[in-house]
Amino acid sequence: MSTSIKARPTGLKDVEKGSSLWADAYVRLKKNKLAMLGGVIVISILVTCFVIAPILSWMGFDGNEQDLANKFAGPSTKNLLGTDQLGRDLLMRVLQGGQISLLVAIMATMLTVTIGVIYGGIAGYVGGRIGNAMMRIVDGLLAMPFLIIVILFREVISGQVDEIARFLIDDWGWNDNDVLRFANLIPLTFAIAGFGWLSMGRIVRSSAASLAQQEFVEAARSLGLSHRRILFRHILPNMLGPIIIYATLTIPSFILYEATLSYIGLGIEPPNSSWGKLIQEGANYLETNITVLAVPAVLFSLTLFAFNFLGDGLRDALDPKASKD
Amino acid sequence: MLRIILSRLLQTLVVVFLLVTFTFFAIRMMPGNPFADVKALTEENKAAMERLYGLDKPLHIQYANYWKNVLLEGDFGDSFSMKGRKVSTLIAESFPISLKLGLLSLLLAMSLGIPLGIIAALFHNKWQDYTAMIIAMAGICIVTFVLGPIFQLSFAKPLSWLNVAGWSRPSDVILPAITLCFGVAAYLARLTRGGMLDILSQDYIRSAKAKGVSQLNIITKHALRPALVPAVTFLGPAFAAIITGSFVVESIFLIPGMGQYFVLGIQNQDYTLVLGLVLFYGILMGIANLMSDLALIFMDPKLRNS
Repeated sequence: MSTSIKARPTGLKDVEKGSSLWADAYVRLKKNKLAMLGGVIVISILVTCFVIAPILSWMGFDGNEQDLANKFAGPSTKNLLGTDQLGRDLLMRVLQGGQISLLVAIMATMLTVTIGVIYGGIAGYVGGRIGNAMMRIVDGLLAMPFLIIVILFREVISGQVDEIARFLIDDWGWNDNDVLRFANLIPLTFAIAGFGWLSMGRIVRSSAASLAQQEFVEAARSLGLSHRRILFRHILPNMLGPIIIYATLTIPSFILYEATLSYIGLGIEPPNSSWGKLIQEGANYLETNITVLAVPAVLFSLTLFAFNFLGDGLRDALDPKASKD
Repeated sequence: MLRIILSRLLQTLVVVFLLVTFTFFAIRMMPGNPFADVKALTEENKAAMERLYGLDKPLHIQYANYWKNVLLEGDFGDSFSMKGRKVSTLIAESFPISLKLGLLSLLLAMSLGIPLGIIAALFHNKWQDYTAMIIAMAGICIVTFVLGPIFQLSFAKPLSWLNVAGWSRPSDVILPAITLCFGVAAYLARLTRGGMLDILSQDYIRSAKAKGVSQLNIITKHALRPALVPAVTFLGPAFAAIITGSFVVESIFLIPGMGQYFVLGIQNQDYTLVLGLVLFYGILMGIANLMSDLALIFMDPKLRNS
């Protein structure tokens, strides 16, 4: 015993300093030009929608002001991308629609990650019969038609949200316009997350299950740590890679869900608008003026591209072994 | 083999039973009433309607009655919103349309996506790979409701033998099938590429190369079958989803398929229609998954023992 302790290399300084997982991943990510391009586009779109658009609207550009004498106008200094079928400024419409699309997708992704990590983490860590039963529920819900389950959730939740919104307006004296506009987004967000967390839960479960078998978890357990501590301090940090990757890839798919629902007419309601709604409106005027379809469609597709390339790149960077599909 | 099939079918039945139960009770939590939207409906009429559809009875009796009708009489009930139509008739009329559209677009997707994925894997990290993957990404990102209108404008308008929308001529299936196929083709291409890359790095492929087997033979005889495993796993659920109709594509091209009922049913709180659809979809999903599992067992001998 004592000799083996003495034989340990002395002076950790001599050992070459290893680079962390994250530093490694960043080096790999920087080499991936498509992913970097995707990242730059994602950041530019976020900045345009959430920083530049509010500045423009403060400067007097308005996406809701109608000017019926000026329908389908070409680009001008007043309307940088021209106007739509009601003479509204197309650029501001698209940017404000983007705010809603992105906001819903990002909020729904955060919800998805929270629910998926807790549910999948518990199912994977507990394992056995309970874990299996938990996953069968997920499998079962995945066999539901997507539209039915999302609309069902949305309707059930919107009843509750309406009550809360009314309470905030009547009893707390909040600005009814702002509350209603935001309250309009909540049911949709929850509905999308209510379906979306299923896949997240599956991914988290499989990585939690494999981590729960590993020796460091056994060591933590034999030290007498509580289950909650093991789950949140030991297993969760090791799952961050897959969670980040999946979350990045979830955002574009949620943007798509939201757009599909809004396109159908079951998503965002006026006065809010979103890319899906704009595309749907634009498709009606396809023959009169293609820009009202093209502008939102291009921005929407570009955003999906960028998020997907960034997500793929992150996966290749964080988990080189899994970069198969 | 027979035991696997039977146990999987049993599992499907359990899942479908639970899903219908969940839907049965969840749909009643929706605010409003199935007949609230019908204009000029007095309280008495509404009560009469509820009596007619058995909605005045306690919930557990309604639930028991639903299963009694489905199991003993094969009756899915009358649709609430489409007056005088049975749910089974609605499904029987619209499903063949969606099936035809879905099968054609799946066929297109497979003949497009799988070769694309193989090419990408064979030229891994070369320009062919990047091009194929960018095309695949375009298939995912340029969605049906953008593609559909563009196709209508650029093909149906100038070509007289294509209708812009509708479902009267045999050629009417072409544009919607193409619109629908790109997304699936894109996923298939990515999954095939991944599976192919995985297999091409295996030892037995290296042995085959060392023996001097030609590139074509390596791909077709040795690599392709196991490489398609991820794609086939994806195809199971995708198959069930596609043949039951895409609401978006069917509404763009005005096709009287099944997709519309998924939205109309839940929107109109048409309890029987929604339950019938959940039941039908769940069973189809189970069968499709079983078929894809059987295909996997055939493709990957390692799976036969487990």
